[in-house]
Amino acid sequence: MADRKTLTFALMDPPYENARTTTALRLIDIAVRRGFDVNVFAYEGAVNVPFAKQAPHANAVHGRDVGEEDHPNPKDWVAALFKEAEKRGSKIDWVQCGLCVDERGATEWVPGPRRGSPADLVKFAESSDNTLVIPTK
Amino acid sequence: MAKKILQVVETAYRATLEEQDDTVVWITHAMKGSGGDLHLLLRGNAVNYACKGQDASGLAFGEKKQTQPPRIADDVAGLIGKGVEVYIVEEDIAERGLERGDLISGLKPVERAGLPKLFASYDQVWHW
Repeated sequence: MADRKTLTFALMDPPYENARTTTALRLIDIAVRRGFDVNVFAYEGAVNVPFAKQAPHANAVHGRDVGEEDHPNPKDWVAALFKEAEKRGSKIDWVQCGLCVDERGATEWVPGPRRGSPADLVKFAESSDNTLVIPTK
Repeated sequence: MAKKILQVVETAYRATLEEQDDTVVWITHAMKGSGGDLHLLLRGNAVNYACKGQDASGLAFGEKKQTQPPRIADDVAGLIGKGVEVYIVEEDIAERGLERGDLISGLKPVERAGLPKLFASYDQVWHW
């Protein structure tokens, strides 16, 4: 669509630490569903959100094996967001801060994200209708 | 013309020992170098970033010494040297017992009541 709008999200939190990560992904999800293109700049711990080696586990406290537990991994949420965007004709451009990736050894991601730098955040901000920073507190 | 963006830093000393800097001050340097028109507001505990005489050296675990501790006041001064406007909330300075002489030069003090007007002068405000 010619008048498609673009939103940029800068994320900073690692997965499994607080609700901000889930909230950020929910915001991206609704943006995609409403026809926005979305840019994501994953900074610091957020580069681990699409980390490919996240693995589901069983949960003895719940009395469920790994299949029954159906443990959600944020990497799967990220992959699902890319699929949803493709289905709806939206675009997600997810940039992983390269230095943040290197210092964490988080070099393997689900398909979709790409390596970049703060220069990409500059480009994102300039080309977007608005930018939301969701930082670690 | 590049969008004029104000980076508001409130959460302070976020992994500064591991990062050897503040991550938002750092990315402001990097984005400025990439052509961004970014400026900085220090508020809350982050006003201490402007304090001279900070010394984070001496960290060691066993034989492993950190040889390059963060020098955040120098990094903030470096931004000012690059033409970045660095604002600082006056009340937050006073509440922490700091005086202007404790701080680096080149800062632009702003009262809390003046923040809405300051924010309105920017295209975007990013709160870190």
